[in-house]
Amino acid sequence: MATATQTAGAGPGRDPESAERGAAAPARPTARPPKRTFRPRTLVITAVAWLLAALFLAPYLEMIVTALRPADELRDRTYLPDTLNWSNFIDVWKESSLGDNLQVTLLISGGATILVLLVSLPAAYYTARMRFKGRKWFLLLVLVTQMFQPTALLVGLYREFHQLEMLNSIWTLILTNAAFNLAFAVWILTAYIGSIPPELEEAAMVDGTSRFGAMIKVTLPLALPGVVTAVIFTFITSWNEFVMGLTLSTEPDKQPLTVGINNFIGAYTVQWNYLFAASVVAIIPVIVLFAFIERHVVSGLTAGSVK
Amino acid sequence: MSLKAPPSPARRSRGRGGQSGRPVRRTSGGLARLGPLPWIAPVVLLILAVVVWPVIELIRTSFLNISIAGIVRGSAGTDKYKKLFDETDFGHVLLWTVLWTVVVVGVTMLLSLCLAQLFNQNFPGRRVTRWALIAPWAASVLMTAIGFKWMLNRTAGVLNTVMIDLGIIDSSKDWLGSAGTAWPWMMFVAVFVSLPFTTYTLLAGLQTIPADVYEAARIDGAGSWQTYKGITLPLLRPAFLVGVVINLINVFNSFPIIWAMTQGGPGSDTATTTVFMYKLKETDIAESAAMSVVNFAMVVVLVLIFLKVSRWNEED
Repeated sequence: MATATQTAGAGPGRDPESAERGAAAPARPTARPPKRTFRPRTLVITAVAWLLAALFLAPYLEMIVTALRPADELRDRTYLPDTLNWSNFIDVWKESSLGDNLQVTLLISGGATILVLLVSLPAAYYTARMRFKGRKWFLLLVLVTQMFQPTALLVGLYREFHQLEMLNSIWTLILTNAAFNLAFAVWILTAYIGSIPPELEEAAMVDGTSRFGAMIKVTLPLALPGVVTAVIFTFITSWNEFVMGLTLSTEPDKQPLTVGINNFIGAYTVQWNYLFAASVVAIIPVIVLFAFIERHVVSGLTAGSVK
Repeated sequence: MSLKAPPSPARRSRGRGGQSGRPVRRTSGGLARLGPLPWIAPVVLLILAVVVWPVIELIRTSFLNISIAGIVRGSAGTDKYKKLFDETDFGHVLLWTVLWTVVVVGVTMLLSLCLAQLFNQNFPGRRVTRWALIAPWAASVLMTAIGFKWMLNRTAGVLNTVMIDLGIIDSSKDWLGSAGTAWPWMMFVAVFVSLPFTTYTLLAGLQTIPADVYEAARIDGAGSWQTYKGITLPLLRPAFLVGVVINLINVFNSFPIIWAMTQGGPGSDTATTTVFMYKLKETDIAESAAMSVVNFAMVVVLVLIFLKVSRWNEED
């Protein structure tokens, strides 16, 4: 096992140095004995694990296959189409309005990510460095937010933005997506910044750097794994968000991609090949991005309760 | 393994002779003088505007008469709650919500225990196979659900084809067309998308168990099942509980799976309370708000359990 020892202590705030190490060298190879004999047990485990891995990927592979099917082979009861229609991946954006939806999703995810970072970095920095009145309540508020998902508040959100006349506005979805991702970002950033010894900043300040300069030049680079995790996580969650997009935007060209794709199903004849061409384009980058932050996400989501 | 606030500076300074309860950085003029507000106010404001306000709005709306166009027509008292509880579908929607949540979380936890145990072993390709596990976690739940809807399609769904080829069914079925077959499939999808997070949480828990504990058990001659029951499971308890509660909240709220696959239909036969709430929104938003308040109350209970389980107050 490559990184178990590093990951073992990677809970935020617990053993931050090892979290640091785990992030810096995720693929550290273990020194293995030169000769490795395969016992039957290992063989069974390997076979089962690979089979499971295939099963977990299967639905997404089927989506790719469908995305490549020519329209006239959609109804065929075959596992693979006779011809692969790569042009589906281009045509979908021309033939449907999903291009608009993709653009909306990009704006929302990008906007929410920037907003989360701008708002949570100072808060996390202060919370990690200072002990102030209400610190505990602040952290509790943040934690509770993480537990309240948009679905539970949907009608309230709708009523609020209806009264503000902000339905169908990109800003509404940027704000709401940012708010529901704040908890994760604040939590993970506080843990990371808290793990960086303040002495490092002090040393820089003795050398004549301002406090702000020390924060930017010393602390931020060291907290980078935390920042990257917060950024990618917020981006992915906003990218995948569905319920708020469905509720808070009603005009088809102002809805995010998830809602656009779902609307496709309501159509008289569902163009599954186009639908999945768009889905695959939306899913693959997210899975790749997620692989980078996977090890930090658990600790952020369980708020440090699981090391 | 209790839930801990990130390390507070005071605690750290104690080692250097500092006193707890005071800022460590007394020397840092600007920071201390301004106080916490400029630093944390944006976060608090955003939470107030997007999380707290809707909660208040939700409760307020549930006591109002509101036309379909969204115009408020005075107070409704508790009429909307009465109307909600009198809905013929309300009873079975509630029952199915409980069943849905309990079954999905139960099966998820059980399977995740097995998966975590498996992926904690040393075998060739462990990294790659663990990465494959991520896919349903990273991908949009909605799109995964749509993928399954397509795979269960009556005419061309690959799952129908596979089952016919394996001889499990004679002819292709409309699985999502009736509640009896739609429920198990939707539960399957819900378990499928919940497994990665849960497995990873348990894996993280497994890795906190020191190797020498196992060593000691081995020397004492404990068998592998004995070791698992006597050592692994008890030590895994905190991670397991956190996994249970987070899953309870997620699964209870999981609207996209049902919405994408059946929209709660036929009728409200496959609706949970969240789907039912969304359907009510089309006809009477105040009644929908009443349903939301009931949902919200249940989520609050789950959150309180979470805080208890993670022992928020124990430290700091």
